[in-house]
Amino acid sequence: MSAGANKAGKRTGIEISLAISEAAKMARVDAVAAYPITPQTHVVEHLSELVASGELDAEYICVESEHSALSACIGTQAAGARTFTATSAQGLELMHEILYIAAGMRMPIVMAVANRALSAPLSIWNDHSDVMACRDTGWIQVFAENGQDAFDQVICAFRFGEDRRVQMPVMVNFDGFTLSHVVESVEFPAQELVDSYLPPYRPENTLHPDRPLTLGAFAMPEIYTETRMAHEAALLASRPVIDDAWAEWGKLTGRHYKAVETYRTEGAETLFVTMGGLSENAMEHVDAAREKGKKVGLVHIRLWRPFPIDEMRKVLCTAAHVVVMDRALPPGAHGGPVFTEVKSALYDQSRRPTVHGYIAGLGGRDVTPADFGTMYDLAMAAVKEGKKEEFRMIGVRS
Amino acid sequence: MSQSPLPFNYPLSTELYAPRLIPKDEFIVSGHRACQGCAEVLALRHALKALGPDTVVAMATGCMEIISSPLPTTAWAVPWIHVAFENAAAVGSGIEAGLKILRRKGRIPDKDVTVLACAGDGGTADIGLQALSGALERGHKMIYMCVDNEAYMNTGIQRSSATPFGASTTTSPAGKVSIGQATWKKNMAEIAAAHNIPYVATACSSYPLDIVEKMRKAKAADGPAYVHCLSVCPTGWRIPTEQAIRYGRLAVETCVFPLYEVVGGRYRITYKPEKKRPIGDYLKGQGRFRHLDEATIAKMQARIDEEWEKLQAKADRS
Ligand SMILES: Cc1ncc(C[n+]2csc(CCOP(=O)(O)OP(=O)(O)O)c2C)c(N)n1
Ligand code: SF4
Ligand SMILES: [Mg+2]
Repeated sequence: MSAGANKAGKRTGIEISLAISEAAKMARVDAVAAYPITPQTHVVEHLSELVASGELDAEYICVESEHSALSACIGTQAAGARTFTATSAQGLELMHEILYIAAGMRMPIVMAVANRALSAPLSIWNDHSDVMACRDTGWIQVFAENGQDAFDQVICAFRFGEDRRVQMPVMVNFDGFTLSHVVESVEFPAQELVDSYLPPYRPENTLHPDRPLTLGAFAMPEIYTETRMAHEAALLASRPVIDDAWAEWGKLTGRHYKAVETYRTEGAETLFVTMGGLSENAMEHVDAAREKGKKVGLVHIRLWRPFPIDEMRKVLCTAAHVVVMDRALPPGAHGGPVFTEVKSALYDQSRRPTVHGYIAGLGGRDVTPADFGTMYDLAMAAVKEGKKEEFRMIGVRS
Repeated sequence: MSQSPLPFNYPLSTELYAPRLIPKDEFIVSGHRACQGCAEVLALRHALKALGPDTVVAMATGCMEIISSPLPTTAWAVPWIHVAFENAAAVGSGIEAGLKILRRKGRIPDKDVTVLACAGDGGTADIGLQALSGALERGHKMIYMCVDNEAYMNTGIQRSSATPFGASTTTSPAGKVSIGQATWKKNMAEIAAAHNIPYVATACSSYPLDIVEKMRKAKAADGPAYVHCLSVCPTGWRIPTEQAIRYGRLAVETCVFPLYEVVGGRYRITYKPEKKRPIGDYLKGQGRFRHLDEATIAKMQARIDEEWEKLQAKADRS
């Protein structure tokens, strides 16, 4: 089906933050608890407007902190209400403790995260430090590439997160400012289409006196390990459900999403690996480099957790070299999180490429298509010299 | 022992405790792991009896959570959730809002459900104060009950801001140059009342009928209700387990912990001791106060007199 062939989709120029709020509205969320932080503010402001105008019939809990935001979301979700929230950076870190609990208690909350750098020094600008610090919280984690992607992912997230086989919270990551504050053309599906795709939320276990349940009991050593293993198994088992949800969305809208997207990877000797909005800059570079006869391509990761290890191995092992761009610097770790993840995925492959890690675009520093050229040149120079390059920062002033 | 366990002439039995006035239903059932003589779980048990089966409980980390919910067992006969230490009020807010919207949308049965958020003094006066203030300010129709045993008992008797002046705890130990806790007990009921919520009350684990009555009023309140319940902890106070009720009564009889309520801003003292007993009666026999000298005790007495006067003045003006 071609992109234009879907039923009654309407294209509108809209700020991506507002599109995300509209997606939550179209998902018919019952409850929102959120706290404002740049660059997420427009999401919660617009949701407040939608509730105030009666366009969205939901309880909006104007909490006093992000810690309470996510705590209240667990409350609404446990009561059986479809729940949405959004945050960024310091707010996400203030939630940190509760992120694990939301996942451990299998609360399918959907949260949009406008990715931003972490203090200190304070920076409101984009990178992926915030979400990377939450990598191991047990949530399904998706990265949007553009406004349409972000809009669609919010709706899809409810569908696969709430699926009885999954029941996991989902983070929809979208770059702060470079996506959140940009006006893009977004195609809105008809409400009937969303309703047919996303059934009303009917959770099995809720807090109601008609069927008393105990939620959030503590675990002694003889059972804790098993609960963690059960979570791991459930997170891994969510993959086919996520894939099916995306496939059906594709059928309905003509927009097809995959855990790992490839761009001009045919015959590529060197593959870039990126996540988030900068993938589009990488594509521009790939186009320009291909013009010049360089055999490069791009692998864009949409699904970060559960990590799509099979697809990544399959596509990356076709290349001789892999250039990974990270948007976060984990101090003392010898490389960005995506780089180390990719490297460890490839380590025991019989035919494996060289892997080069570059950290770029911290705290809003621009990463231009030309910067991808720099990464490429550095990687090729290292290969030529036979150097085992660990990782580098790109664009640091000396 | 046939004579009254109380050190003063107080009629025992029916006047103090009238089982027929208290529902027989149990919502936190036997088999939980509270220490022998724990009056915190006793207070909670009576509170739940007042609220009845149509209640959802959001509980903070602490003794009451740990004694009642070792996976895969539970002592709870009403729906119950534990999320973390500092957020019972926020979780309760969410449950209240969630039940409200689902009822409005017809997705759950159309009946009143009481939401009770519950935390210890640490989970209330210290780490959970912000979440509590937020919830009270937002006006959720929810009861918040603080079960105040005057320290972090679950983690081993560390001081909280609700630990009384002079008490020795593991982080405010009495020593050569320390009298133990060097700050005065934070007045949580007043803090709650400053939010201008419809109902605030103090209660004590030794007065079950009073707890039941106040919880019923809290349930009927048109908005947030806050009940601060002094809950005797023999383990942390270092008193014999069979003395838990006696010491709760002494806290009230000495006016160390007065029982009152604030309804729509009006103060009413719900139990006035006929004769205010000296604080020494209360301190005596409690291991946590054992080290106190006469001068310190006199200082404490002066403070209690002053606070009691202030409270009476407020009640008189109301
Ligand atoms: C964020 C956080 N900090 C510290 C703890 C450790 N902790 C668990 S319960 C508790 C004390 C509880 O004291 P209180 O609220 O007074 O309840 P009690 O056990 O005395 O009934 C502490 C410090 C925790 N669980 N979470
Ligand atoms: S430590 Fe105190 S409050 Fe905790 S269970 Fe034991 S007696 Fe009860
Ligand atoms: Mg305590």
